[in-house]
Amino acid sequence: MAKASGWNPRQKLAERVDQLHNGQLWRSIFRPGSIFRRGYADSPRNRAYVVMNSLLYHLHPVKVKRHGIKLSYTLCLGGLSFFLFILLTITGIYLMFFYRPAVEIVYEDMQRLHTQVSFGLLVRNLHRWGAHLMVISVFLHMARVFYTGAYKPPREFNWIVGVILLLLTLLLAFTGYLLPWDQLAVWAVTVGTEMMKQSPVVGDQVQFALLGGPVIGPETLLRWYTLHVLFLPFIIVIFISIHFWRVRKDGGISGPL
Amino acid sequence: MATPDEVFEQVLAEETSKGSSPAVAQARAKAARVRAQRGAKDPSKPDKSTAPPPSSNPEASGAAAETSAQPAAESAAKPAATATKPAASKPAAKPTTGAPAKRAVGNGSGAVPERVQRLLAVVKPEAIQKVERQPMDRVNVWPHLMAAEMVALLVVLGALTIFSLMVDAPLRELSNFNQTPNPSKAPWYFLGLQELLRYFHPQVAGVTIPTVIIIALFAAPYIDRNPSTRPDDRKFAIVMFSFFMLTFAVLTIIGMFFRGPGFNFVYPWEGGIFFEL
Repeated sequence: MAKASGWNPRQKLAERVDQLHNGQLWRSIFRPGSIFRRGYADSPRNRAYVVMNSLLYHLHPVKVKRHGIKLSYTLCLGGLSFFLFILLTITGIYLMFFYRPAVEIVYEDMQRLHTQVSFGLLVRNLHRWGAHLMVISVFLHMARVFYTGAYKPPREFNWIVGVILLLLTLLLAFTGYLLPWDQLAVWAVTVGTEMMKQSPVVGDQVQFALLGGPVIGPETLLRWYTLHVLFLPFIIVIFISIHFWRVRKDGGISGPL
Repeated sequence: MATPDEVFEQVLAEETSKGSSPAVAQARAKAARVRAQRGAKDPSKPDKSTAPPPSSNPEASGAAAETSAQPAAESAAKPAATATKPAASKPAAKPTTGAPAKRAVGNGSGAVPERVQRLLAVVKPEAIQKVERQPMDRVNVWPHLMAAEMVALLVVLGALTIFSLMVDAPLRELSNFNQTPNPSKAPWYFLGLQELLRYFHPQVAGVTIPTVIIIALFAAPYIDRNPSTRPDDRKFAIVMFSFFMLTFAVLTIIGMFFRGPGFNFVYPWEGGIFFEL
């Protein structure tokens, strides 16, 4: 008798968890639709809440046209480009911990990244292959949008934003290409910037501004590092935001064909 | 006396011959039918007195008056039919008259007081047609779209991780400005342009062609005036774009695999591959 009404740790714990879930603190943090909230049930209302009440998910509308979720229509390319951008941001921040953009020490840092830093090589591989993949997926996304005619009114302006995003992606990839400061990087960038010099009238000035001198040198490294880790990501985030916002404002996914 | 349906047809024909838009003609014809129905139920009231025909409104009163005639007349018709009161005698042109009319009936007052009508909303003629638009077949983003996105994300992340575990990113020796590697190639996404340098003057290959491509891409939605998205209707656009993409893919692949020392042509199965990502 005493045992039955006595102290039962499992039941006590369940009660405490229940109290926490129903308490003001918990309910104030997790909005309706959060999976951490007590009593999520599969209902149309909760399906809407999941999307509406999440900062990340509410980039999506609550409902989309049925044909839009077919894999064969979008091939997920836009979403994957965005995902790769996030992945590159995360791996890039990790690499920044171990990388100093000064020509005397930068190659040493690269070697240390390969040999001494925990997961350094893996994270660098992810960053490099992810970057190439992002260039490809942005290209293919553009092709998909063209072939489905999704750039037609009212989406003309979003196509322009998309082309700007493609150019920014190429610039991000190109500025990052220099940073390892090995033979491959430096000479590839030399070839690339030689082309810029050919621009009429302002060619030399453009090249001088980008390289921080007549040829690639320490200033170039610092300049491209800043462009790569701060300036271009800052700009591309603005354009990504406009791009997503206009997708919604222009009536969601295009089509059906 | 004409039956309500005959009135409908008659007014519709009149309006159409007058040149009113289909939506307006329909609305006026429906209003006339309602009046005719009410008149049939309550013969003591002459047709004209229950509601002045909205067509008598001056055209200057605009789209609001014309298109709102239908809902207003319909909502006002019910109390008038049951209570046999001229509750609906106010101009049917204002969409806000339905509720006050019912209240007047509920009060049981014999006469309807004079009222100043307020304009609450202007309904454009197109709005009626928009309501009639077919609803789209839609699905919830959660779980249908988000589950698919999650799978795509995990597949790509998994494939990328496996690839990164197996293949290491290149790191050659420290840069040396006195020793130009042969060949030196741009990153792969610029190799198409570098390949063009073999055929054109640097100013054409390095500046003119990229500029033209970028401008053409920006202008594409304004050049292509064809509103259709069906592949059958836009063969020309598809062929042009495919040609452009294929050309650049071929140029890039040649630059990647078929260019050896001195950027001279080489077969990769004979001379080897001079290319690093």
